[in-house]
Amino acid sequence: METYSFLREFADSWMLLFLFCFFIGIIFWVFRPGASKEYRDTADIPFRHEDKPATDKEART
Amino acid sequence: MVNYIKLIALGLITLFAMMAANYARDLAYMVHALIIVGVSGGLFIYTLRNVGTKVTHPQDEYMDDVIRAGVIATSFWGVVGFLAGVFIAFQLAFPVLNFEWAQGFANFGRLRPLHTSAVIFAFGGNALIATSFYIVQRTCAARLWGGNLAWFVFWGYQLFIVLAATGYVLGGTQSKEYAEPEWYVDLWLTVVWVAYLAVFLGTIIKRKEPHIYVANWFFLSFIVTVAMLHLVNNMTIPVSIWGSKSVIVWAGVQDAMTQWWYGHNAVGFFLTAGFLGMMYYFIPKQAERPVFSYKLSIIHFWALIFIYIWAGPHHLHYTALPDWASTLGMVFSVVLWMPSWGGMINGLMTLSGAWDKLRTDPVIRMMVISVGFYGMSTFEGPMMSIRAVNSLSHYTDWTIGHVHSGALGWNGMITFGALYYLVPVLWKRERLYSLSLVSWHFWLATIGIVLYAASMWVTGIMEGLMWREVDANGFLVNSFADTVAAKLPMYVVRGLGGLMFLAGAVIMCYNLWMTVRKAPAKEASLTVAVPAE
Repeated sequence: METYSFLREFADSWMLLFLFCFFIGIIFWVFRPGASKEYRDTADIPFRHEDKPATDKEART
Repeated sequence: MVNYIKLIALGLITLFAMMAANYARDLAYMVHALIIVGVSGGLFIYTLRNVGTKVTHPQDEYMDDVIRAGVIATSFWGVVGFLAGVFIAFQLAFPVLNFEWAQGFANFGRLRPLHTSAVIFAFGGNALIATSFYIVQRTCAARLWGGNLAWFVFWGYQLFIVLAATGYVLGGTQSKEYAEPEWYVDLWLTVVWVAYLAVFLGTIIKRKEPHIYVANWFFLSFIVTVAMLHLVNNMTIPVSIWGSKSVIVWAGVQDAMTQWWYGHNAVGFFLTAGFLGMMYYFIPKQAERPVFSYKLSIIHFWALIFIYIWAGPHHLHYTALPDWASTLGMVFSVVLWMPSWGGMINGLMTLSGAWDKLRTDPVIRMMVISVGFYGMSTFEGPMMSIRAVNSLSHYTDWTIGHVHSGALGWNGMITFGALYYLVPVLWKRERLYSLSLVSWHFWLATIGIVLYAASMWVTGIMEGLMWREVDANGFLVNSFADTVAAKLPMYVVRGLGGLMFLAGAVIMCYNLWMTVRKAPAKEASLTVAVPAE
């Protein structure tokens, strides 16, 4: 099979399926249990460390 | 040691550029070679004089000087770009402004790319670089990675702008929308962009927060995708290394498709994803409350980048492009409606519970109207991508109106909002010099955009209808010149709208300048000595 036809067929089938599942997976992942609490903390990031970088002691991991 | 390598490299570049100026086959190339001689020669002397000095990068401070420079550059290029736009708008209305003595340099065809690149890449690009450097440091709680590399990105990008702009005026252009710069300017931008990616990614890697804030995701996708688009759309082979002309490796419809894949994703990732990064930081900051829904912001991000990349073919309806490709582009453009509006809702709803701020704070008013224009132009865009609508709107001024409601309304206003936020913070002032001047800017800009968009809708639809009008025998009723004559009043209104937008930007520059000069300093000690970082 020539390269173009192969790539076209692959893109139309397996790659499309993979991207679709990946996207659906993200939506499920976003709504996983416990996410709300974590995201509340993440959404507050802009309100921390406004004036200077965190020291190693403050670093959150 | 590093300085010696730098000196050798700069010397060689200067020498090569001198040879290039001598062998140059066209004017644009020769001028560019001379600019390079000046820049690299100047840098050679500068490096030579500073061989012994040590530059320190204190890790317990943010690197804000490069952002201050970026804020200045953004304001400057904004005014330049708007001014060029106003001038070419009046050139269209009054062709006598295409002066005979400046033919071939300052006529509409030469100045139009100058205007588009000045606003998109110089104004928008500097705004993106400056705000991304600001946001990535604050949200990662870490200083910019790479020491002076951030300065290289800043100055390298300014050099790119100067080379691109002089190239357009002198005729060194690939004639591809938003991708006009010729091969050696493209190569230079690639170097700068890789450095930009390195600084941004390096800062994210050494972050002190476990999570990467959503604004950084948008910025990162903007940097990575623009790199990919730029490389693919500029696969050209120079005719000679001593000349600016180059030839693309593919031709015809493949070239057109690649160009509009590039062109539309320049809109999608440069003017949308990057600016959404700004929205997700500055609106929460100015409203003093976190983003409405962080979950929605994640879905917004992935939906936007998954869908935008396919929308390009809607620029090529009714061309040699296969039907399936243009249908694909159309369908994805319509689907794109959802993530766009999801993002708009997320930005607007961040103000829920703080709507009263709209009355008291003109800066947040600016940010909110920018999100409003984002919603409006992302409604208009999918509609125009539908083939039947496109048959009326394509090649008419409607497209120009659409682009400007997005660029002036969304990109312009969110950038103005960000600048109003940044200047007091970066120069350590308590507040802006004058809020009533911000209100003046807000109304001038808003009314200017409304005049612009409305006149372009009228003239665009009129033009489209006149072009397709046939008489009983099937002959076209109007000649092209008829449509041009009919458009004059709308062209004048458009020019006036642009003039108002420009006036607003000049007021902003004055206000920001006075904020730095006159507004009270935040801490008393800083009035005496600002740390020379």
